[in-house]
Amino acid sequence: MDISKLNKIDDYQWRIEPRGDMQVPAIIFASEDLIRAMDDKVYQQVTNVAKLPGIVNASFAMPDAHWGYGFPIGGVAAFDPDQDGVISAGGVGFDISCGVRTLHTGLRVDDILPYQKQLANVLYRHIPAGLGSTGKIHLNKKQMDQMLAGGARWAVAQGYGEQLDLERIEEQGCMQGADPAAVSDHAKDRQKNEMGTLGSGNHYLELQKVVEIYDPDIAQAFGIRLDDVKVSIHCGSRGLGHQIGTEFLKQMTKSASGFGIQLPDRELACAPLNSGLGRRYLGAMRAAINCALANREIITHLTREAFREVFADSELDLLYDVSHNTCKLEQHEVEGHLKSLYVHRKGATRAFGPGHPELPAALRQAGQPVLIGGTMGTASYILAGTAESMQQAYGSACHGAGRSMSRRKAAKSWQGRQVVDELAKRNILIRSPSLRGVAEEAPGAYKDVSAVVEAAGHAGLAGLVARLEPMVCIKG
Amino acid sequence: MPPAHWQHFEHEADIGIRGYGNSQAEAFVQAAHAMMAVITEPALIQPRHLISIECDEQDPELLLVDWLNSLIFQMSTRKMLFSRFELELDGSRLQARVWGEAVDTGRHQPSVEIKGATYTELSVKQQDGEWIAQCVVDV
Repeated sequence: MDISKLNKIDDYQWRIEPRGDMQVPAIIFASEDLIRAMDDKVYQQVTNVAKLPGIVNASFAMPDAHWGYGFPIGGVAAFDPDQDGVISAGGVGFDISCGVRTLHTGLRVDDILPYQKQLANVLYRHIPAGLGSTGKIHLNKKQMDQMLAGGARWAVAQGYGEQLDLERIEEQGCMQGADPAAVSDHAKDRQKNEMGTLGSGNHYLELQKVVEIYDPDIAQAFGIRLDDVKVSIHCGSRGLGHQIGTEFLKQMTKSASGFGIQLPDRELACAPLNSGLGRRYLGAMRAAINCALANREIITHLTREAFREVFADSELDLLYDVSHNTCKLEQHEVEGHLKSLYVHRKGATRAFGPGHPELPAALRQAGQPVLIGGTMGTASYILAGTAESMQQAYGSACHGAGRSMSRRKAAKSWQGRQVVDELAKRNILIRSPSLRGVAEEAPGAYKDVSAVVEAAGHAGLAGLVARLEPMVCIKG
Repeated sequence: MPPAHWQHFEHEADIGIRGYGNSQAEAFVQAAHAMMAVITEPALIQPRHLISIECDEQDPELLLVDWLNSLIFQMSTRKMLFSRFELELDGSRLQARVWGEAVDTGRHQPSVEIKGATYTELSVKQQDGEWIAQCVVDV
């Protein structure tokens, strides 16, 4: 990105003044190096979002922003329903409520090492991964609607997952206001055999070791110690979310002009929050959030079963579950007044600061855990929301590294077998049904996530707590 | 006139697919081949089973997206991959017969599941007598 087009506010905050149809400025949180490495399309997309009706404060981009669809990936924007604000299917994306959850294992690196290979094989056998895989749970129409209304709470009631998990999930595991009737039969068809599946692409289940602690007090509050072993799960709302995204993108594109909305890019398809279509999408999107929460809860149950095959007494407690493709109704300040806003986070993690009432009592003083995934060869990070982050971008932070190389180029640059062997030499065990998929996800095809989380820390979006490195990666 | 063909183009997070043909229908078929090639080597997919697909959409670009999303829906619900396509266009109506087989993870080594066809870099146009149909797919 051409940095001369931005006004520097400080070393980690850059501003684009409103011009043309922009209703508000655009603000990018990143270091100079990260901005220079960003595609020019990020500039175009973050300014396009600033043109949408009812946007308040600014159109924000996180330090990992990259070229997305309509919104940049790493884009955050809030809309006021009282100012003709909109909800955008493009602003949430296809993988609705894709997210990360991290589990404590209660085990240390030394406990795991003698069983690492066995654990990798057992996890791979238990967790359905990759294209064409199906879960053991098959939902009929009625069960599907119950799942879409109940989320992780539904999963726990069915015997998948534990009651105590729920307070450690955004929305306490159940997104209110979901409308299963707004979800098409096609979307439900895509989901009926996919509950408890990981998916493919950049989705994974990892066994990770804690290699560095940056903030001992918050780490203690989160239950993180050096040499602890954690499990992180990255996946979303599977076929159901993808189909809802596909269908509403089209409906919103076609009806935009009828609502008097000029779309700067068709992918920014949106509808007024106060319209039938806007409300239908909101209900369907919330159902997809529940689908993602239920899915991660079921995978957690499968992970616990797998662990108990190797460590009979193991207890896997949930640290936290975050979603990074959502639109949520939240209270935030606009020009000194508290307003109810619809906050879109596209490839951005909610990062509520200390004291927020949404956080469970055990975490409330420390701030919300922000779980940032890396690649199968590099590090993942755990951060915490800060008081400052609430003032910056509605309590939002980055979500991951982002690719530096296309899938095609990665597949030409590496052989899957070579990637697996090289990682094995570093004692990182990869299990995947597809070597071609492994090549496309090679660690070298991603940007350096360390630079992204450092920038998030310096920008005050979230504070660094701990760094984790992979020991086992189950890749779809 | 060059023979119908396809290619991929770069998108930072995902991948672009582009089909070329002597007609719009041919370009749509080639775009479908390009999409399957995102998942696996197209030559590995046997055209064993036939499925019919119909779409109806006035806007040619949205029709391309509908066509690709119909294939994605069929792949997702039937757990299949496709390698042979016959497609007829009559105004807004698209009728297609597609052949493929069930996913065989060992043989196909599918690298990704496609979530949806997007409106990013979406275009259906005629250039120097040749039809081009393209968009980015989210994987």
